[in-house]
Amino acid sequence: MLRVADQGPFARTLVSAMKHSEYFRVVAETESEAEAARLLELGDVQFVLNIPADFSRQLVRGERPAVLLEADATDPAATGPALNALRAISLTVLDRDLEGALAPLRAKDGPIDFRVHAHYNPENITQYNVVPGLMGVVLTMTMVIITALAITRERERGTMENLLATPARPFEVLAGKILPYIAVGYIQVTLILIAARYLFEVPMVGSLPLLYAVSFIFICANLAVGITFSTVAKNQLQAVQMAFFFFLPSLLLSGFMFPFRGMPEWAQWLGSVLPLTHFLRIVRGVLLKGNGLLEILPEQWPILLFTAVMMTIAVKRYRQTLD
Amino acid sequence: MSSPADLVIDVAGVTKRFGSKTVVDQVDLQVRRGEIYGFLGPNGSGKTTFIRMLCGLLTPDGGSGRCLGYDVLTEQAAIKRHVGYMTQRFSFYEDLTIRENLDFVARVYAVPDRVAAVDRSLERLGLQHRSRQLAGELSGGWKQRLALAACLIHSPRLLLLDEPTAGVDPKARRDFWDEIHTLASEGLTVLITTHYMDEAERCHQLAYLAYGKLLARGTVPEVISAARLVTWSVSGTGLHELAGRLRAQPGVEQVVPFGNTLHVSGRDAALLEATIATVRLPQHTWTRIAAGLEDVFISLMDRATDNFR
Repeated sequence: MLRVADQGPFARTLVSAMKHSEYFRVVAETESEAEAARLLELGDVQFVLNIPADFSRQLVRGERPAVLLEADATDPAATGPALNALRAISLTVLDRDLEGALAPLRAKDGPIDFRVHAHYNPENITQYNVVPGLMGVVLTMTMVIITALAITRERERGTMENLLATPARPFEVLAGKILPYIAVGYIQVTLILIAARYLFEVPMVGSLPLLYAVSFIFICANLAVGITFSTVAKNQLQAVQMAFFFFLPSLLLSGFMFPFRGMPEWAQWLGSVLPLTHFLRIVRGVLLKGNGLLEILPEQWPILLFTAVMMTIAVKRYRQTLD
Repeated sequence: MSSPADLVIDVAGVTKRFGSKTVVDQVDLQVRRGEIYGFLGPNGSGKTTFIRMLCGLLTPDGGSGRCLGYDVLTEQAAIKRHVGYMTQRFSFYEDLTIRENLDFVARVYAVPDRVAAVDRSLERLGLQHRSRQLAGELSGGWKQRLALAACLIHSPRLLLLDEPTAGVDPKARRDFWDEIHTLASEGLTVLITTHYMDEAERCHQLAYLAYGKLLARGTVPEVISAARLVTWSVSGTGLHELAGRLRAQPGVEQVVPFGNTLHVSGRDAALLEATIATVRLPQHTWTRIAAGLEDVFISLMDRATDNFR
């Protein structure tokens, strides 16, 4: 994301150098400060590079113009290397333009003065990013495993046959298996929030009731995955293995382990299917950025869709069990 | 002799295949209200599969009919509400108490006035002083009583019992059968599978299923006479050697040791007698006896194997 107020030759060189680097992808260019701030808050962009109006003039005068880089620093792991890359670019990029009388400007510390403004997490404290993320990770792990065992256990102990002989309908049985664990999920959310607040001193900018409300969809999504595994697995061991098969990609591709935008395209695509990816953005958005319902709405429907698909599979698979 | 309304189970041509294997093959069955219908047959003969089709756990691949007046193919949900099904393996929750198990079943069936119903059922089966015991801690006999109590809690009109007395001691078995007869006299229909001959003889009607086919049915005397089996009992010494010599002789279809005697049976009376004459020895006493249910079933089973191999 660029906010370019100067159209001079030096500014254009800097911009094209960034475009050509493998590191940055220019998503939007604007002159409006408000627009830039909004995109950063939504999480649509990771950085905003502000090139001031008199950039070229100051440069020529040898005043080392200040370029402000605003970063979404909720994930310090993503911002650090990016800043280094940008500094490296700025040191050399203008060398070709600065010729003749301007050559002395190729000073040791570069012709441009880079200022970084790390939003949401100015001190780059890792736990601000990790602890809220852990909420999603812990929920994914426990919710999926608990429900993955639910129906498999019935089948292994032989109680399934009895349950099927009763008038209980598939949806009722599945709902009965899921509902108690929603409460368990909320207890976990509360414990993690308490730990985040008092042990790790994570700032909580946004609304906690909102976070509680949207956690519901995420908890349901994980329970639905578990229950689906439960209808597919033949025994409890298999169910646990399947749960891990879901848990590991969630951990690796969601942006919890590695910065999401730093991953290859295909990995981002896979990651976008996983509920944890979206939930991480929601938790970090609400806690660190103070996002409201509207800002996190785009992250909610993928989780909802995922839940619906999983539940459909679960109900379909459940019917066929004894046949 | 009975109007169709009296028939609790009335199915025809019921067939079930698993892959290429036909497990239940064209079985017809009529069971009247208040009857105790015994279902016999070797292991893997399709008894359990047939029962599961009756109570809607499996969908038949062929056939049609009604169970409790509901269509077995389309009205499985209605059938489930009025059937008590006791599975072969104990299938209640071992980590719940007896009362909790019964309460759960009562809830699932939406039994009106649940607490009273649970109390009644505990009392009826003599489980009230054990109601807080975990089901997993019960002995085989008590587990079976609990399972029966759970099957009865929603006052079903048909009981399907799949080998309910396997592994239960003789006293508990007798109590169990007394209970079944009491229930039948009150109008409950019972379909029960068993391997015990003494239990088979306690049934009003019998059906013998082997390799998915219904081979015989009727009352105990009917089944025995339909088999037209002639049986001789031999007592004396050297019976084991005698048994070895008799097998594979003309007219001898089966030689079965019964304690200190040997039962020699065949369907062709004259041929059997002629063969016996050739092996008669002074130390043996031969008496012609009426064939028992067990002789008949072993003969049916042997013939069924011949047909299918």
